[in-house]
Amino acid sequence: MGIFDYFKSKGEPSSASVAKDRLQIIVAHERSKRKQPDYLPQMQQEIIDVIRKYVKVGSEDVQIQLENIEDCSILEVNVTLPDN
Amino acid sequence: MALAKIIVVTSGKGGVGKTTSSAAIGTGIALKGFKTVIIDFDVGLRNLDLIMGCERRVVYDFVNVINKEATLSQALIKDKRTKDLYILPASQTRDKDALTQEGVQGVLEELAKEFDYIICDSPAGIEKGAQMALYFADAAIVVTNPEVSSVRDSDRILGILQSKSRRAEEGKEPIEEFLLLTRYHPERVALGEMLSVSDVEDILAIPLLGVIPESEAVLKASNQGTPVILDTESEAGLAYMDAVDRLMGEERPLRFLEIQKKGFFKRLLGG
Repeated sequence: MGIFDYFKSKGEPSSASVAKDRLQIIVAHERSKRKQPDYLPQMQQEIIDVIRKYVKVGSEDVQIQLENIEDCSILEVNVTLPDN
Repeated sequence: MALAKIIVVTSGKGGVGKTTSSAAIGTGIALKGFKTVIIDFDVGLRNLDLIMGCERRVVYDFVNVINKEATLSQALIKDKRTKDLYILPASQTRDKDALTQEGVQGVLEELAKEFDYIICDSPAGIEKGAQMALYFADAAIVVTNPEVSSVRDSDRILGILQSKSRRAEEGKEPIEEFLLLTRYHPERVALGEMLSVSDVEDILAIPLLGVIPESEAVLKASNQGTPVILDTESEAGLAYMDAVDRLMGEERPLRFLEIQKKGFFKRLLGG
């Protein structure tokens, strides 16, 4: 066992493996966003506007996400309704 | 423009070694006997001239040619060391809109008649200047440091290559993408302090063109205005030559990835 292996085997994961894990997550997230259709942001805004026409909610109370799972796209709309 | 192959050297992030790599790879291709021009696309922050050691010979620049204030042959600087190598310097104007798509296309078309390879040294960022440098490319060398922000930015630029280039817009065969990993410390990788070659390959998932070890020779070469590939005593220079060989389709094993055992004299002499 070389001196470098000795340092590596101690305790916590190495900072390089932490870096790799973080990068894999953020890069996958950003790639999925890149594949979104161009109309999505405007469609999201219009859906929010329609909901706000009938229910008094802030724009941050409406969350819209598009998820792609294999051949299927799921549009998820979450509205947090006011208490009263 | 069908004759010359257009290669963009890009990265998203600044300071990772785009200009050093453009100078080294352009020189390496010219050394193989291909007529090569390196274009500095970094309008306002011209630096390729300094790295190539021709800063005092700049009279006209890229924007002068686009604006028809000078001809291409007036603006091209013939390299003094390497046969078949020319440099087209960037303008120092502060006008960011100086490069127009039609203007760039016109210059590239004219160069393509005479040259075998056109190397486009991209500015940092993902704004217009960087997009202009990559728009007409046939191949892209994505210069990346083994560090989180550089890897993430490289992935961003890959997205732009795949969506905002001419090849993408016209639905042609996509730009060939190559990873060039620079400033690599084998010692730190062994200690688990730095992303390894295979880590970065896993994340970016594009073919590896080369790995350039961190080397004192790079600063020394830029101090002297000599492309580091001409320093055949240095690991960085040899690693760039390997990368050029691979770009030409030759097989070259990776080297300089093992930890160097420095002897007493080597330490003393700073080798």
